Amino acid sequence: MSIGSKRLVVGAHYGLRDWLGQRVSAVILGVYAIALGLYVLLAGDLGYERWARLFAASWMKVATLLTLAALFYHAWIGMRDLWMDYIKPVGVRLALQVLTVLYLLACAVWSVQVLWSV
Amino acid sequence: MSTVLQEKKRPEFRNIHVTQIVGYRLPAPGMVSILHRISGALMFLLLALVIWLLQLSLASELSFMRLKELASHWWVKLVFVALAWALLHHLVAGIRYLLLDLHLGVEKRAANRSALAVFAVSLPITLLVALRIFGVF
Repeated sequence: MSIGSKRLVVGAHYGLRDWLGQRVSAVILGVYAIALGLYVLLAGDLGYERWARLFAASWMKVATLLTLAALFYHAWIGMRDLWMDYIKPVGVRLALQVLTVLYLLACAVWSVQVLWSV
Repeated sequence: MSTVLQEKKRPEFRNIHVTQIVGYRLPAPGMVSILHRISGALMFLLLALVIWLLQLSLASELSFMRLKELASHWWVKLVFVALAWALLHHLVAGIRYLLLDLHLGVEKRAANRSALAVFAVSLPITLLVALRIFGVF
């Protein structure tokens, strides 16, 4: 494989991987969102007691964390696409991409703490 | 004579500039597409807020009460409605895109109808959520 000296450093890395990853993560997010939405809809008046008990279960923590992992990957690909489409100067684009990754990683770490606090 | 033969000039768009957006009649699939991006970006920006709300709802009975009190302000309700719309549009449009990826409904007519279907599903549900949030029922 030949790699030219003018290869785009902030591109999509010419791959199918992210495209597919975005769709797989989308399915995970959709299933979780619909399931949680239906639960809230059918549960009626949700007080703290029941809400916290739901998230206290280990399976729910794991399911939520996996979904959040899918969310961060999904959001990264989506935001990267936006920066690639609308921000043309490479330096600004790279800076925004780095900020996006940092923001998402910070959210990831924080969400783990939130999930395991209950 | 030439004026008779000359076809009526239709507006031509290549790379649309921001100032041309108002005059450009975007077809329904295009509306779904740009709103998919806007809703996604909105949820990305508000992600930290959502995690904080989750924290409030889970941390303790006291923080749960704080969240309830916070949610009683009309402008907070407005943010919740915006988030609900973003999620619903992104979800329903996303399902449409997954179907398109499977080569279902890629023809012009079908794509236009499914784009309208996205709005027909996401907007009424958003309205219901909004009415619920503002305590109408």
